[in-house]
Amino acid sequence: MLAKLMSFLLLGIVRFLTGSQARWYGCPPKAEQRIYFANHQSHADMVLIWAALPEELRSITRPIAAKDYWTKTPFRQWITTAVFNAVYVDRQATPARPAAPVAADPTVTQAAAADADTAAAGGPDPSPEAPPRAPTPEELRAALPESDPLAPLVRALESGDSIVIFPEGTRGHGDEPQAFKSGLFKLAQMFPQVVLVPAWINNVQRVMPKGEVVPVPILCSVTFGTPIQLEAGEERRPFLDRARRAVIALREV
Amino acid sequence: MNQFLRNLTATQQIGALFLVVFGILSIVTVWAFVRNLREHASDDPEAEARALEAKRFWGLLKTSWVMATVFWVGWVLGETVATVLFAIVGFFALREFITLSPTRRGDHRSLVLAFFVVLPLQFWLVGSKHFDLFTVFIPVYVFLALPVVSALANDPQRFLERNAKLQWGIMVCVYGMSHVPALLLLDFPGYRDKGAFLVFFLVFVVQTCMLVQHLLGRRFPHKPVAPQVSQSFQWTSWLAGVAAGGLAGGLLTFITPFKPGQALGMALLACVAGSLGHLVMKALKRDRGITSWGMQGMSVTGAGGLLDRVDALCFAAPVFFHSARWYFGL
Repeated sequence: MLAKLMSFLLLGIVRFLTGSQARWYGCPPKAEQRIYFANHQSHADMVLIWAALPEELRSITRPIAAKDYWTKTPFRQWITTAVFNAVYVDRQATPARPAAPVAADPTVTQAAAADADTAAAGGPDPSPEAPPRAPTPEELRAALPESDPLAPLVRALESGDSIVIFPEGTRGHGDEPQAFKSGLFKLAQMFPQVVLVPAWINNVQRVMPKGEVVPVPILCSVTFGTPIQLEAGEERRPFLDRARRAVIALREV
Repeated sequence: MNQFLRNLTATQQIGALFLVVFGILSIVTVWAFVRNLREHASDDPEAEARALEAKRFWGLLKTSWVMATVFWVGWVLGETVATVLFAIVGFFALREFITLSPTRRGDHRSLVLAFFVVLPLQFWLVGSKHFDLFTVFIPVYVFLALPVVSALANDPQRFLERNAKLQWGIMVCVYGMSHVPALLLLDFPGYRDKGAFLVFFLVFVVQTCMLVQHLLGRRFPHKPVAPQVSQSFQWTSWLAGVAAGGLAGGLLTFITPFKPGQALGMALLACVAGSLGHLVMKALKRDRGITSWGMQGMSVTGAGGLLDRVDALCFAAPVFFHSARWYFGL
């Protein structure tokens, strides 16, 4: 009840401040299982994309929230669980990882130690029991360790929900989004039937820049583009770059 | 008839005015609807252009309905609510303006100040009839306060440009808009509780001028005066629009505290200010490379922003208000 009221209030505030307009360019708002992936510039991104989705989709779409930020206070934790129904992701899973834009995945870290070039050319999860060429999505899911940062996302997708992810991992500063991390690629491998929808969130960083507490009213929009697909045999880096370009391309439409 | 109207109380007179306005709007809507039905049959190449024109007309009609309803609600619920309503309109207009002015992170505090302190304070000054302070609050005090906050943010890059844009936005959307409810509260001798007429007078006269100018410019295209800024602004249609607005004002003398000559003069003044202000806002839009305020100027619905509709009013209201105060010594 309280959560319902809060969501109503929050929706009102977000609309009042930003207009939270959704622009569906490449696909209609449809209740199929989807992974929305968007650029990330502010913690408010999650709120905005949540507000921009139509009511029916909002209830089946779970945004991803950074665990360290969104569980810091009881209020943040309550609002992410009760109102947004968010999935927590541990950003500090592999603190010893080098700064290279590689996966949030311990196995890759090991591989990177052996061969620095693996990061660029590395294929799918090199689990020893699966054949190296074509592990089925089910096998990939089974091989995912419980401690993997992607595990909660996989569980959410397995239960049939759509999710919203920010493949950059952290909030960007520049005009262009940073290189995408491999989580999106892995999810696409594990769930080939889920539709991958790129989204461009515009202007949010102006509403509430890092370190400010009071938001400023500025019109924002979320543009949803044409879904992309993981082609058969497509490598990780090319796919992630293609996904990133699909997001950037929406800035101009 | 005239005698009958004169014997009504102020409230009844204003009620009658709204009845007339809503009646006219209904008739026009029905006429447009019927015409639309007929045009669906034709399928020549001209049909597309006509459909676009019809769509634009519907947009205009919709705005008129919304505006009339807003005025009506404002009047029914009293001056305080009316002031709040105009404050909300100003808020949305300023939101559109700021969205299209590039601000930097250092401007954040100034923007917070503008939206959540300056705007409410300005409209509170109007509502509490602090007319002397309200006329100087933004040009004098805010003029200093905002750049101070920006300067404290320690970011000199394009400082003048950023601050000038913010200042401009506030002047147009907050200062200009706040003069409309101020008219409600202006106390003309022997004209108590009839402020709504004055607001109606201003809005009607300015809208008439804009509409006539627009239609004539389309019907009899001349060489545009400043084609880079506006393809439609021409001296002839502009003069005709202003004249039509003035004439409308002269005919509406009976609802104002003015004598016929004065009403004509005030209407002409408001029309000149409004239409030229509209031209200035067009230049701003061109500078930003957009055709309308509103969602990034690229809204799919084709509807423009709120600021596109009210910009003429934002420029006309202060001029109207101050000349009325000065001329009548209020």
